[in-house]
Amino acid sequence: MSLWSIAVVLGVLFGVLTLAAALIWVERRLLALWQDRYGPNRVGPFGVLQVAADMIKIFTKQDWIPPFADKPVFVIAPAIIVVTVLLAFAVVPFAPGIVVEDLNIGILFFLGMSSLGVYSIILGGWASNNKYALLGSLRASAQMLSYEVFMGLSLMGVVVLAGSFRLSDIVEAQRGLWFAIPQLPGLILFMIAGSAESRRIPFDLPESESELVAGYHVEYSGMKFGMFFVGEYLGLILISSMITTLFLGGWLGPVLPPLAWFFIKTFALIAFFVLVRASLPRPRFDQVMSWGWKTMLPLALLNIAATGAAVLWRQGGQ
Amino acid sequence: MWSIVKTIWTVFLHAFQKRITVQYPEEGFNLPPRYRGRIILSRDPDGGERCVACYLCAVACPVDCIALQATQDETGRRYPEFFRINFSRCIFCGYCEEACPTYAIQLTPDFHMSEYNRRNLVYEKDDLLINGPGKYPGYSFWQISGVKIGGKDKGEAEREARPTDLQSLLP
Amino acid sequence: MTLAFYLSAVVAVIATALTITRLHAIHALLYLTVSLLAVSLVFYTLGATFMAALEVIIYAGAIMVLFVFVVMMLNLGSRAIEQERRILKPGTWLGPGILSLLLMVEFGWLLAEAPVRGTAVAHFEPKEVGIALYGPYLIAVELASILLLGALVAAYHLGSREPGRRET
Repeated sequence: MSLWSIAVVLGVLFGVLTLAAALIWVERRLLALWQDRYGPNRVGPFGVLQVAADMIKIFTKQDWIPPFADKPVFVIAPAIIVVTVLLAFAVVPFAPGIVVEDLNIGILFFLGMSSLGVYSIILGGWASNNKYALLGSLRASAQMLSYEVFMGLSLMGVVVLAGSFRLSDIVEAQRGLWFAIPQLPGLILFMIAGSAESRRIPFDLPESESELVAGYHVEYSGMKFGMFFVGEYLGLILISSMITTLFLGGWLGPVLPPLAWFFIKTFALIAFFVLVRASLPRPRFDQVMSWGWKTMLPLALLNIAATGAAVLWRQGGQ
Repeated sequence: MWSIVKTIWTVFLHAFQKRITVQYPEEGFNLPPRYRGRIILSRDPDGGERCVACYLCAVACPVDCIALQATQDETGRRYPEFFRINFSRCIFCGYCEEACPTYAIQLTPDFHMSEYNRRNLVYEKDDLLINGPGKYPGYSFWQISGVKIGGKDKGEAEREARPTDLQSLLP
Repeated sequence: MTLAFYLSAVVAVIATALTITRLHAIHALLYLTVSLLAVSLVFYTLGATFMAALEVIIYAGAIMVLFVFVVMMLNLGSRAIEQERRILKPGTWLGPGILSLLLMVEFGWLLAEAPVRGTAVAHFEPKEVGIALYGPYLIAVELASILLLGALVAAYHLGSREPGRRET
């Protein structure tokens, strides 16, 4: 393992964690902007030190484990989500050469890690030994399993076009034309599935405050809650950077350095997800499920079939 | 599906609208005069205390935050010996103001009452009494009521007839 | 790579043993998940990266989640743990255990007799797996998909309510 790769690992780790922490502030300011408010603007210039204040608060809070909880599982659960999401960042190519491990099964690795992330929520909810938490985790498991299915399927069109599971190959294949244009249905499906996977607001049924109090993490406090919290933001960054890589040409772009292009695109997507959160209400649970299985899944299958047919037709024409 | 896109666009346009938040400590704002805030005790136009220590405010108070003790001066005019409002209990319901027969106790549009020490929220009569008639400038209870006090005998109040002299046989 | 292989193999064996001996159903399922992840690593070290990814996505990420889901719904209490403890008495497992041990010894003996081939590490791209599945093994894939389709239809039929009766 060379010095450069160690630097990349540490850089990605700290960069992503800092971004996730900063997102707490960014999201609140953006939500406020779209709701004609100011958001946190007291601590430091424009309120940027709000993050530090939140950190101090969350670290010094009492770390309470309920006596009726299943202790080992209760402690492991919040760690799983952070670990799986951070692992998934290993395959994201931020710029040529800046990638922890450019696996030849990059997309599959990402899908596998995001499917393991479900455990965190299920186990957290179950180990809390609380009705609301259990209901939240039941919803989470059903929702995330269903949306995972077409999340994977929606990416297959990109794989067919690029002819590889390796993420850097996929970025290189977009040199002429971003996949967002030929794969627009895939992009929309993946965005919806991605926000369902990271439990962002239109799909935050596992933790819906209004009916389940806080869903799967009712019993969590202190840094254990903080892990779920940071895990959600990490998931948001992950989904945004995956969309950037797979559909928006990754680091490709004129004039600016590749890394800058990657971050500009990722931030635009994060801002878009925050905008969606500011605008859309939460649907009913059965609507989410039937929408996923009866609308999104057939659309994803159609998308693959159409993409495959187009690719075959073009090859036949040559 | 179209309505979702429209919603997102509408919310996006809100980025360019004026923010409605008032930056409170730096920017002030006007509250309506009948806002129910800090409680005061007002005075007559001639400078005497309006409160007659009738205890009606203390009775009306749902959280029992008003305490007072009635006393009289040498001319028979009633006034509170002490008057104490515990603002850490007060819920600013305004029942005391409604109960008051003399317009003495009034709620004002002021709410800047935070303290680090809870005991500082117990206001004594000195803190409550103001040098003015408050919301009812022309009103003077003792000039309307028929009670005899120093400087005003029976029948000398506004719109009050002289008391009938029961000893006299004249009509 | 060899070290990683043996390490994950040991983890897989230990996790599987713990899966059997845990009294609490959820804990057992968690060990089973760990064992599946270890098996996936074994696949990876042997060069079957596609297989490893599928193992994580399908087995650990989907099927085991469903298992946990169902066990969570059942809400097993202390009675279930008591029952598990009774089952785990030596009297229950000694007979089958001895017989399995015999089989294992026989298996080991056969392996020792067989000519040594060594673990062949060959890296397969996902593309080659796909070509193999849809080339020489097309019939098997189609049969499996027909079987799954049948299962899907059956599950839908069993799960559907009576026609004309709506849940209020």
